[in-house]
Amino acid sequence: MSLGHNARRRLIIAASFLVALVLSILPWPVWTEQFRPDWVALVLIYWCMALPTRVGVGTAWSVGLMLDVLYGSMLGENALAKSLIAFLTVRFHLQLRMFPRWQQAVVVLLLVAANNLLMLWIKNLAGQAPSTWSYLTPSIVSMLLWPWLFVILRDIRRHGNVS
Amino acid sequence: MLLISGWQIRAPSNLTRFVLLALLSVSLMLLDARGHHLQKIRAGLTVIFRPIQVIAAIPVRVGAAVIDFIHGDETLRAEAERLRSEQPILLARLQKFEAIEAENAHLRQLLGTSALVAERAVVAELLEVASEPFRRTVVIAKGEKDGLYLGQPVIDAYGIRGQVSEVGVLQSTAILITDPGHAIPVQVNRNGLRAIAFGTGAPDTVSIRYLTASSDIKPDDLLVSSGIGGGFPFGYPVAKVKKIVNDPNESFLDITATPVAQLSHNREVLLIWPAKSVLPAEAKKTAEIKKPVPQSKPVEPKKPAVVPRPAVVEPAKPAESTTP
Repeated sequence: MSLGHNARRRLIIAASFLVALVLSILPWPVWTEQFRPDWVALVLIYWCMALPTRVGVGTAWSVGLMLDVLYGSMLGENALAKSLIAFLTVRFHLQLRMFPRWQQAVVVLLLVAANNLLMLWIKNLAGQAPSTWSYLTPSIVSMLLWPWLFVILRDIRRHGNVS
Repeated sequence: MLLISGWQIRAPSNLTRFVLLALLSVSLMLLDARGHHLQKIRAGLTVIFRPIQVIAAIPVRVGAAVIDFIHGDETLRAEAERLRSEQPILLARLQKFEAIEAENAHLRQLLGTSALVAERAVVAELLEVASEPFRRTVVIAKGEKDGLYLGQPVIDAYGIRGQVSEVGVLQSTAILITDPGHAIPVQVNRNGLRAIAFGTGAPDTVSIRYLTASSDIKPDDLLVSSGIGGGFPFGYPVAKVKKIVNDPNESFLDITATPVAQLSHNREVLLIWPAKSVLPAEAKKTAEIKKPVPQSKPVEPKKPAVVPRPAVVEPAKPAESTTP
């Protein structure tokens, strides 16, 4: 590729986030909605873990804001939740890298659940909280998806020589 | 992590950045939710990110096109046949409806109450994008230039779907009646008992709150919009009562109802511009300013004039008209 190393890295990371954003608003039958994984959070966790110096709280905040605009939610809602995920992931990226895949998945579960609870709390303050317990199913689905997504993103990173 | 001592000129730490951005998020949320100061910024951002929504809508569009292609003329012909047979029935009903409408207007004039004028409706296409998890919103491919306004009722052929919650340049967002942040004033069609239907976040349920055990409400009762609050016009079907649970420990009945509009069939919706029902008091006021209106009679209305309220009702606040 004729692109510079930095430009290529930016392009690949931006593309992966773009795909995650599209997946987040991709329409599915209504009943599957409660099982929709948090794609943006998954991609974010991967990049924060792999390249904590390149992708961090700032990226997370911008992507979260984009998600807010796409979802029509309060501006800053997803941005705050996603920067929390990025902060925790960057903080513990060395430990996370050492974990076996299943243990990483459990951490992903916790991170996405923290994200969901924060959003639930914000929604509750705004008077828009759903009266259902299925609020935590996305984190479980995200956990189950993590091992596959990890492999895919790792291959993309290695193939694209992103560092 | 925290660098309290030794302020050095260096990139801010992870924690500092997080705290700063968290503060920024909170202030953004406050500005957005409390004051609606960010409408212009949001509208601009929505235009910028529209390509993402268009990309996300492609699979469904392609899928629909493929299905149409496979089924081919057969379904189209069947559809045309069905519509052709349906049309005379609907037209016949409409004849009766027009007569009733005229009669109704006449009676209302005699009573000196508000005259209902026919409403303007426009068909709008929906953009096939999913809403935020556990919120129920749709994106309408019409915006400011089409005359949409905040709180505008959105209906379909079967009943009320929701209301416009955000008007953009090219597209708008509507929240459905099942959205957890939505509430709509309704009344039981059978006896006029007033209530409020709150969205729950579940795709096919609204809950009717603040009705006491003595309320005359039964399963299969049709709930229609009551027109109180001024947001929705009177008389459109909203939901059908599904289940009523009377828990003696609770002060109110636990009532769930199923919306009658086809909320999950995302194709097209109708946007309506409810005609302002002219109350005699208001008509008198306008008559003083403008030319005299013939139907403005000096009869005082029995009920106080309906004050238009902000479109989105705060769910936590029980309204005054909920108890019978």
